[in-house]
Amino acid sequence: MEKMTRVSGTVSGCTMFCHLDAPANAISVCRDATQVVVAGRNIFKIYGLEEDGFVERLNLRVGRKPSLNFSCADVMWHQMEENLLATAATNGAVVTWNLARPCRNKQEQLFTEHKRTVNKVCFHPTEVNMLLSGSQDGFMKCFDLRKKESVSTFSGQSESVRDVQFSIKDYFTFAASFENGNVQLWDIRRPDRYERMFTAHTGPVFCCDWHPEDRGWLATGGRDKMVKVWDMSTNRVKEIYCVQTIASVARVKWRPERRYHLATCSMMVDHNIYVWDVRRPFIPFATFEEHKDVTTGIVWRHQHDPYFLLSGSKDSTLYQHMFKDASRPVDRANPEGLCFGLFGDLAFAAKESLMSAPQSVGDVGRKTYPGGDRRYPIFFFKKPDVTEQFAQVSSALSVFESEAGSSVGMDWFINTAQSYLLSGKPFAELCEHNAQVAKRLNRPQESTTWTMLRIMFSEPANPSLSSNHNLNKSGNLPLVNSFSMKEMSAALNERNKENRQDNLHSLETNLNNNDENEETEGSEGQAEYLFGDAELDDDDLYSMEHDNQAEEPEYLLPQEAFPLRHEIMDHPSAPEPVQEKPESPHVSGSEAESTCLTPMESFSLISVSQLLFSPHLPPKFFCPIVKEMLCYYAEQGDVQMAVSVLIVLGDRIRKEIDELTQEHWYMSYIDLLQRFELWNVSNEVIKLSTCGAIMCLNQTSTTLHINCSNCKRPMSNKGWICDRCHHCASVCAVCHHVVKGLFVWCQGCSHGGHLEHVMEWLKQSKHCPAGCGHLCEYT
Amino acid sequence: DARRTRGRRGVYRASLLCMKALANRGRLDSVSQQMASHPQYLESFLRTQHYILYMDGPLPVHYRHYIAIMAAARHHCRYLVSLHSAQFLLADGDPLWLQGLEAAPLRLQHLDHINKVLAHQPWLTARSHIQALLKTGEQCWSLAELVQAVVLLAHCHSLCSFVFGSGSDSDTTPTPRVHHGTPPGYCLCDAANGNTALSPSLAGPTEKAPRRREEDEAMFSADPSRFVTDPEFGYQEFARREEDHFQVFRVQDYSWEDHGFSLVNRLYSDIGHLLDERFRNVASLPFPHSPDLKRAIWNYIHCIYGIRYDDYDYGEVNRLLERGLKLYIKAVACYPDSSKTPLCPLSWAPVKASDKVHVNLLVMEARLQAELLYALRAITQYMIA
Repeated sequence: MEKMTRVSGTVSGCTMFCHLDAPANAISVCRDATQVVVAGRNIFKIYGLEEDGFVERLNLRVGRKPSLNFSCADVMWHQMEENLLATAATNGAVVTWNLARPCRNKQEQLFTEHKRTVNKVCFHPTEVNMLLSGSQDGFMKCFDLRKKESVSTFSGQSESVRDVQFSIKDYFTFAASFENGNVQLWDIRRPDRYERMFTAHTGPVFCCDWHPEDRGWLATGGRDKMVKVWDMSTNRVKEIYCVQTIASVARVKWRPERRYHLATCSMMVDHNIYVWDVRRPFIPFATFEEHKDVTTGIVWRHQHDPYFLLSGSKDSTLYQHMFKDASRPVDRANPEGLCFGLFGDLAFAAKESLMSAPQSVGDVGRKTYPGGDRRYPIFFFKKPDVTEQFAQVSSALSVFESEAGSSVGMDWFINTAQSYLLSGKPFAELCEHNAQVAKRLNRPQESTTWTMLRIMFSEPANPSLSSNHNLNKSGNLPLVNSFSMKEMSAALNERNKENRQDNLHSLETNLNNNDENEETEGSEGQAEYLFGDAELDDDDLYSMEHDNQAEEPEYLLPQEAFPLRHEIMDHPSAPEPVQEKPESPHVSGSEAESTCLTPMESFSLISVSQLLFSPHLPPKFFCPIVKEMLCYYAEQGDVQMAVSVLIVLGDRIRKEIDELTQEHWYMSYIDLLQRFELWNVSNEVIKLSTCGAIMCLNQTSTTLHINCSNCKRPMSNKGWICDRCHHCASVCAVCHHVVKGLFVWCQGCSHGGHLEHVMEWLKQSKHCPAGCGHLCEYT
Repeated sequence: DARRTRGRRGVYRASLLCMKALANRGRLDSVSQQMASHPQYLESFLRTQHYILYMDGPLPVHYRHYIAIMAAARHHCRYLVSLHSAQFLLADGDPLWLQGLEAAPLRLQHLDHINKVLAHQPWLTARSHIQALLKTGEQCWSLAELVQAVVLLAHCHSLCSFVFGSGSDSDTTPTPRVHHGTPPGYCLCDAANGNTALSPSLAGPTEKAPRRREEDEAMFSADPSRFVTDPEFGYQEFARREEDHFQVFRVQDYSWEDHGFSLVNRLYSDIGHLLDERFRNVASLPFPHSPDLKRAIWNYIHCIYGIRYDDYDYGEVNRLLERGLKLYIKAVACYPDSSKTPLCPLSWAPVKASDKVHVNLLVMEARLQAELLYALRAITQYMIA
């Protein structure tokens, strides 16, 4: 002990290096920190560590044509016996060397028990004669140096062993890491089975290292570029720290005297050595950048001195790195933080020195909270931790508040979702309504889109229908027609201004189409229907559509309880308008097998000379544009628009867009709706969707588990007869037959039966049909 | 009984994979049919191939097929050349390029040298080749592109070995089959024509190709030698050249698991995992003979290409592999060229047909890994310098 402290006092030096003759594979240092051994395929030498440089002391590679036994994959200097070394040879041999041997050849023992390359050798930290090896063949062997053969063999049962390490504190324990990502813990006395095993990495675990002080901590490094620290002291192995590096981790070594520090080097691409503070996994604490090729071996020079690091490399150099000469990436980094608040605020913290720069013009709406400002409750100063050697940074925090009602808020979404009509009205009305909604919510582009859709796809799908309208409203037809013509063009111009530049092109094309459609349609006498509303006030609209409005609540009845289950299956795509409304034109979303926009001769009120294009433009003509538009909206994140249009257009567009995309849109929209707790809207959307995958959303968890009404046991199998008591379950109290279909039961006495039977019964009697005396009620 | 269940499950899995491949390509190529006896391997093979040819990557798709053509042409593999010619055209490639290598862009022509070297004498691959390709200029390659190209080349070279070993190539020589169906894959209409029948033997020869395709095929059955320069360049015994300065490649210094994987995965994301899975799968295939024989075959192939394992006694190879088997392996690995006189009769007797597929798979994967190791080591050396 006295010797050790004396030596540790004398460790001194500077950053220095020497050239080796060949690439190194591994290095190891003797206990008193005065010599280092370098081993590789073509090198096996001992260097003395002097004040100002390395001095070659001994070349262990002797003989004219050295055998493969000299080709070392790993080397270790015994920490108790200063003359003893062990190497792992690439040909599978384990060799021990005794420097005290008088002859040139220092080889002492040769164990050739492994069949494949030995990746690692490890001396026991306190037991002089115990040596452990781990090999590519999947076995670990424990050697007693006084014997000629291994004393025990451990079979990992899982691919090659990459590293073995005796625990520093637990005499009997060692850890082994494997190529398949596992780490095993073994008791040296029990070679039959590992004590515990866990998967540490995906892909090979190249290295592991026990913490010199903390009994239970094991650091592992893998090909998956991670360093993980495991706490093994608990029942379940727990990952407590994880450092993500930029290349596969070849070696990991805890830094002496620094509880949270460890050094790593990589096997490929990255040549640097990093020292990490595991609590600060995002940026290395220190970096050594001297090597020109991958670093293959790292070792702390003295086990109680954190300032000297030795490293060997494929570039055939041996380095001593001084900690004071390390580069500190933290100094060059600009710590910054960015976070969104709950209400769309954006907080941004950056180094104060950076923030003092003159404010640019774009900085409106920014509030700066300099370091001392404590108005914000979230403000706190981190107490400097003395054990943590990290630079303390003083940052300035800026909060960018979103203006109320700006685009960050989602009110528009909720409003829109609630106000949009997706079914139950003629197509044109739906579009018109939705256009109004969008306009009211100050969303001109969406509003325009709806209007244009209406223009594009409205057509006399049903001649009897249009005549119907003509009968009703032929009186004001010419008036409305001319009125709408004028207003339309004005509105379109206006819209052009409103819309962004990049939409201009498509708008213009649409504009042309609109002009022409307008004329053709105007001639059909449906014009007041299609165009008139657009520029009328709401009141006018209602007065005109009076009967429709009055009945509207009927459409909006929540879709609960009684749309029967089989109806959902049978009419999956039908947003069925209520049938008892003869005057209502049923041009709603689902129907409308489009015909051409052919003007009907009898109603050609407008001179044909104005037509720029052939009037025979099928709605199909617009499909590509509409499809593009839908995709545009979806990509902009406004999946609401995409889905709403999809539903309202129905068959007109459905076939143009592939199922999967539709499904994706639907799913996103439904998800959004449910997040905003708009259950009714979401249900409506599900019901109106035409995708199989969406529709069955409504059919999930609709199973009802029932008990047999006779024996009160659960009905396990499907069917009508209970298999325990062999009675028919769910018998109608009126007709005493099994109810297959709708079963209605009284919540008071729990008797019931066929819906019609019970309804009829209760018209005549107030008592329960089962005769239990309960006064049932049917509403 | 449990074994039979497992067997049935295996068959089911294989047929599922075949069906997927069928739906994907429009027909089931004979390569997949051969591999179907090892469904697990087939799955990883198809996944890798699909990833290399169609998924994310720096090279445009028609480039990929053209590189595949170049690679297959080195071994005069008509089957792969015509397959990729068809797909090249389907990927909107310029038909003019198919007239020969000199009609292709300079960038692709530059790749010819590394293609040649990798195909026949991969130990010649050097840092300078990589450097020449990456040297900035109008026709230069980016590192990511080059890595994808190298993976493609290695994949196709080794696939040539498999095609040759399994005799799939001879099917496509001027029999009527060449004009109907065999090469032009990737036509979904075939699958829709009712060719989705599960039995792989039904797909292919009986189907009627549309007229246009027949015309295309006239061009597809192009002579592979159009895409080859320096046709005399071929495999040379590595052992005989040992006295030259070519060093033996030591796996312990540069292995797939430690080095190759990390590099290739870094420059061409995810390919490392896919290739890793392939190598693992081929290593874990159930082999009726001893694992030593498998290792001997693998190491022998690597030895042919100058890759040595420190921890292997090469006397084992002579002890375990009969002369006939060694000749066969060498022929499949080094001379998979049906246009030349074969090194040994391919109706190689000592092993059963099912074993033959297995050996062919081993040859293909070992060769793939060998080429990758040489190419990736050269890239590593380039990156260090």
